[in-house]
Amino acid sequence: MDAVPQIEHSNNDLKTSSSDNKTAPSASACAPRNPGVPFQPQWLDDVRVNPSAVQRRVTSLKARRSLKKAWQAAWLLKAVSCIDLTTLSGQDTPGRVRRLCAKARTPVNPETQKALGIEHLGLTTAAVCVYHEMLATAVTALTGSRVVVAAVSTGFPAGLSPFAARLQEIKASVAAGATEIDIVITRAHVLNGNWHALYDEVSSFREACSSARMKTIIATGELGNMNNIARASMVAMMAGSDFIKTSTGMEATNATLAASLVMVRAIRQYQNLSDFSVGFKPAGGISSTKAAINYLVLIKEELGDDWLNPQLFRFGASSLLGDIERQLEHQVTGRYSANHRHPIS
Amino acid sequence: MQVAEIYNTMSYGPAPESSEAVETWLQQHQQGFQLFIDGDWVQPKSAACFDSINPANGKILGTIAQAGAEDIDAAVAAARRAQPAWHKLGGHGRARYLYALTRLLKKRARHFAVIETMDNGKPIRESRDIDIPLAIRHFYHHVGWGQLLESEMPQLQPLGVIGQIIPWNFPLLMAAWKIAPALATGNCVVLKPAKYTSLSALMLAELCCEAGLPPGVINIVTGDGNTGELLADHPNVNKLAFTGSTDVGRRIRRRSAGSGKKLTLELGGKSPFIVFDDADLDSVVEGLVDAIWFNQGEVCSAGSRLLVQESIATPLIAKIKARMTKLRLGEPLDKNTDIGAIIHPSQKARITALVEQGVKAGATLWQPDITLPSSGCFYPPTLLCDVETSNQIASEEIFGPVLSVMSFRTQREAVSLANNSRYGLAASIWSENINRALDVAPQVKAGVVWINAANQFDAACGFGGYRESGFGREGGREGLYEYLQPLEHSSTTKAPAKSTKAKAPKLKSPQTLTTFPAIDQTAKHYINGKQVRADSGNTLMIKTVDGIDCGRVGDGNHKDIRDAVEAAHKAHNWNTVSAHARAQIIYYVAENLSYRREEFCRRLSITGAISQRRAGQEFDTTIQRLYTYAAWADKYDGAVHQPPLRGVALAMNEPRGIIGIGCPQEAPLLAFISLVAPAIAMGNSVVVVPSEKSPLVATDFYQVLETSDMPAGVVNIVTGKRDNLIQVLAEHDQVEGIWYQGSAKGSKAVELASAANLKHTWVNYGMDRDWFSSQQGEGKRFLREACEVKNIWIPYGD
Repeated sequence: MDAVPQIEHSNNDLKTSSSDNKTAPSASACAPRNPGVPFQPQWLDDVRVNPSAVQRRVTSLKARRSLKKAWQAAWLLKAVSCIDLTTLSGQDTPGRVRRLCAKARTPVNPETQKALGIEHLGLTTAAVCVYHEMLATAVTALTGSRVVVAAVSTGFPAGLSPFAARLQEIKASVAAGATEIDIVITRAHVLNGNWHALYDEVSSFREACSSARMKTIIATGELGNMNNIARASMVAMMAGSDFIKTSTGMEATNATLAASLVMVRAIRQYQNLSDFSVGFKPAGGISSTKAAINYLVLIKEELGDDWLNPQLFRFGASSLLGDIERQLEHQVTGRYSANHRHPIS
Repeated sequence: MQVAEIYNTMSYGPAPESSEAVETWLQQHQQGFQLFIDGDWVQPKSAACFDSINPANGKILGTIAQAGAEDIDAAVAAARRAQPAWHKLGGHGRARYLYALTRLLKKRARHFAVIETMDNGKPIRESRDIDIPLAIRHFYHHVGWGQLLESEMPQLQPLGVIGQIIPWNFPLLMAAWKIAPALATGNCVVLKPAKYTSLSALMLAELCCEAGLPPGVINIVTGDGNTGELLADHPNVNKLAFTGSTDVGRRIRRRSAGSGKKLTLELGGKSPFIVFDDADLDSVVEGLVDAIWFNQGEVCSAGSRLLVQESIATPLIAKIKARMTKLRLGEPLDKNTDIGAIIHPSQKARITALVEQGVKAGATLWQPDITLPSSGCFYPPTLLCDVETSNQIASEEIFGPVLSVMSFRTQREAVSLANNSRYGLAASIWSENINRALDVAPQVKAGVVWINAANQFDAACGFGGYRESGFGREGGREGLYEYLQPLEHSSTTKAPAKSTKAKAPKLKSPQTLTTFPAIDQTAKHYINGKQVRADSGNTLMIKTVDGIDCGRVGDGNHKDIRDAVEAAHKAHNWNTVSAHARAQIIYYVAENLSYRREEFCRRLSITGAISQRRAGQEFDTTIQRLYTYAAWADKYDGAVHQPPLRGVALAMNEPRGIIGIGCPQEAPLLAFISLVAPAIAMGNSVVVVPSEKSPLVATDFYQVLETSDMPAGVVNIVTGKRDNLIQVLAEHDQVEGIWYQGSAKGSKAVELASAANLKHTWVNYGMDRDWFSSQQGEGKRFLREACEVKNIWIPYGD
C-alpha cells in the first residue's frame, strides 16, 4: 500500500508530458489499461495455430517491405523510442546502471539528432529495465526524464520461488519506484494445460502490481509449441496483463518472429473479443537494425499503426541501440560508422 | 519527406529496385529483337513486328519480331538437325550444358527479375523471390535428370523436336518448365513465348549462346497467336507442350488430332480454396493472399473460389477485408508492392466485365479503399460475396485478383462444391485436423492439392490438371515421361506390324451347326453387372474368317453407351476398394477363366481362324496378364517428394475415373484383357467395346466376371460398330479417358471428339501392337495411362 502515492505521482507526470504534442509521447502515457476479463475457456478452445503457415508468413513478410533513406531513419528512431534498455546481470552495479540510464536519456547523440531534424522530439528510450536491487539507482538517475523504470520480478527468470515471495517481490519493486513490472509465469501451468491456475497466478500478480503496468513474460521458447504460445498469451491477457512479452532473454530460444506473430495475432483476437488493446514486447536476441525493422513491420502489418509507439510496443534489448546508432550516423554522414564512435550503455 | 514527419506517421516510402542494367540492355536492342534460330540471331523473313509494353506505365520496352511460316520451318529444321547429336551426347553431356546454362541464369538472376517485372507488371518481390528462383531450381533439378536418365529410365528415348508455347503470366518460369525437361531427355525445342512477354526468353537465348549450347538445341521464335498456330501445325514437330487458356488448348487438341504428336496441355482452372471450421483463420487469410492476390491473380492455379464452412464465414470475411486493406498496389519495381499491373488493357477489360456480370447476377462486391495509380493498367483486389453456383463468376476463370466466396455446411458438401467445376487443376484445404484434410484431399478432383498452403511449386513435384485443366504433368518424374517414348515405339511407328495370320484350322464346319439346329446364341451387352439387350433391338452376325456364322452380338448404340457410362459412374466406389481387394478379384477372374480354357480356346480358334496352339498361347498369355495386373494393383506406388519446405509432397497415383476402351481386331481376348486389366487394377471403371470382328470371346468373358465377385459397373461391355461407339464415348463428358487401338482415322476421330472436355486419350494411330510381347503388351506404361498423379503438399510442424 505504501507504493500508491508514488504511482499516482508518476501518472500525473505522464499526463502532462503526453499533452505536449511536439514531443514524442513517453512510454506509458495514458494508454488505457487492460482490466482483464473473467476466465473464458472457450477463448482457448478456439485457438488454432498452423505452425508451417506462420513460418511462411514471417519469411515472406521479411521480403515484402523495405525501408530506405529517411524512412529507414525514422523507423529506427521509432525503434529507439520503444526500447526497454535492459541490464540483467549478476555483475550489475550502481555505476553500470547509471551509465545505462544516461544512455536511455540520450540514446542518439545530439549531432545526429540535429542532422536528422528531430531534436524537438526529445527522444529517449521507453524504459530502463533492471533487477529490484538496482531500482533505487535507476529511479534517481532518471528523475526528471520521461524514461520509465521497470523491474523484472516474480522470481525472474524461472519464476519458481515461493508464490508469496513472488507477490512480495512485486510489491517491493513498486514501492521502490518501478512503474512497470515484468513478471514471469509458471511454465508448468502451460505445459500441463492448467489454464485456470495460470489465470489465477497472473491475476494475483496483476493485483500486486496495483497501478504499475504489468508485462507478462510467457517464455515462448519453453512452451513446447505454437498453440501453447497462443493460449498462454490469451490467458495472460484475460488476467489483465498490460503487455505480453516473449522471453526473459535467458531461455535457449528467445524472441523469434514466428512466436511473435502468434502472440500479436492473439492480441488482435483479444481486442476483438474484449475491446482492450494489449501491448507487445519481444525480448532477447534482437540486436540488429534489420531485426528491429522486421518487428516493426510485423506490428504494422498485423496490428496496425496504433501499436507503433511505446504505449503498446517495446523491444527488450541491450545491444540493439548501438547498432541503430551506427546506422543512423551512416544515414547522416554517408559513412559507415564504428562502435567506438558511440557512447556505450 | 522529413524524418520527424515519418516518425509520426510510420508510413512506408519508395523502395525502387534499380532497372539501370536492364535499361542498358534494352538500349542495346533498340533496333528490335530478332529470332533465335540455329544458335544465331536472324531477321524474320517478313518485316512484321510488334512492341512489348510495360503494363505499369505503357512505355515501349522493345520491338519484337513476328515469326512467319518460313521462320518456323527454319527453326524446326534447325532443331531436327541438332537433335541426334544432342541425344548422342548422352545424359552426362547434356547435364553439363544444362548446368552451364543454370549457373549463368543464377548469376543474372536480378536482371531477369527486373525484365520480368517490367514486361509483365508483376511485383519485383515476386519475380525476385519466386519466379526466377523457381526457374533456376527447375533447371538445376533437370541437370540431375540428365545425369540419371540412362540409369533411371533405360527403356526410353527422346521424342525429337518439341514445339512449346508458353503464357505471359510466368514468362521465364514457364520457359524453364518447358525447356529443362525437354533438353535433359535429349530433345530439341522450338519455344514460342507469349506475345506480351517475350523479353525474358530472348534474354535466356543470349545465355544459351554464352553457355555454348550447340546451335539448334534451343530455338526461340517470337510472335502472336498465328505464330503459335504455325508451330502447333508444323508436321515435323513430334510433341507440343502448351500452357495457356483452355480455349486455345482445345483448339490445339483439335488441330493436332490424328497427327501422332504427343501433347501436353496445362490450361485454366477455377481452383477451390476450402476452409473448415477448425482452420487457423489468420493463416487462412495469408493463404488467400498467396492464392488469389499473388501475381495479380493471373495464375492458372489461383485459389479463386473460397469455400468456407458456414459457421466461420462471418469472422473469416472480416479478417479477409482487414487484410485486403493492407495490400499495397502500384509500381511493380517497388519492393513494397504486393500487387502490380494487369498484363494488358484487354485483360483488365475482361476482369472488369466478368466482375460486373457477377454483381449483376447477385454477388456483393467489396474492394478496399486503396488508390490506384493514375496511369498504367491496374485492377484492385476484389472480394465477391453471395456468389451462387449459378453465377457465371463461380465457374468462369477470371484470371485477375478477384475472389468469389461460397459457403458449405458439411465436408461432403464442401467436396461437391469443390468438384462442381469443369476444371481440376489445384485445390487448397485448410484444417488443423489432419484426418479431415487427408480424407478430403483424394476426393477433390485436382492435380495438385495444398494442405494448409497455396500456390507452392517445386521442380520435383508434378504440376498439371484433371478435366479441362488439361493433361500431362510438368515437373518430377511424371513430367519427364511426357518427353520420352518407349524404345520399342519407334519400330511400331515405322510400319504397322503384320497381324499374325496363323494357319486357320481346316474346320469342316462347327459341330453345332451340323448335328442339331443350333441353339440360338445371341450375346448381350454387359452393363451394370447384368446382361442387357441392345437398345436398338438389332443384332450383328459374327462370322469366322472363313465366313461361317458363329453367333450374334448386340448392335450397340449411343443409348447403350449412355447406360454403360451411367453404370460405370455408379461404380466409382471401386477406387475406394483396397488395392489388396482389387488384386484378389483380378486373381479370382484369372482362376475362373482358367477353368474354361478349352472352351475359350475353341472360341478363339474358330472365330479368329487360328490354330489351337496359337489360341492356347493367347489364352495362357491372357491368364498371365491378369496375374501381372493383379500383382501391380497393390504395388504401383506413388512417391514422396521432398520439396524445399518443412513437409512432404505425396505424389499419389489416382485412377482417372471412367475409361472408354476400344479394342483392336486382333487378339480379341488378350488385347481385351491387356487393356481392361490395368485400368481396373488401378481403380478405374471401364466401358469396353471389344474387337468388332471377334467380340464373342469378350461376351463369353462376362460370365467369368459374373462368377468372380467383380462389383457391378466396374467392367461394362458394349458390342457393335467400334468406331461409332468409341465416338460416343469420346464425346461423353463423364468419361475421363479414352484408350483406342484401331485405325489411324479412328484415332484422329477420338482425339478430335475428346477435345470438347479435353479428356485424356491414348490412341495407336493405326499402328499395331504385339499383344503377345511383354514389352509392348504390358507394363508400367499401361499403369501410367490408367492413372493421374495427384501431388498433395503436406507442410507440417508444431
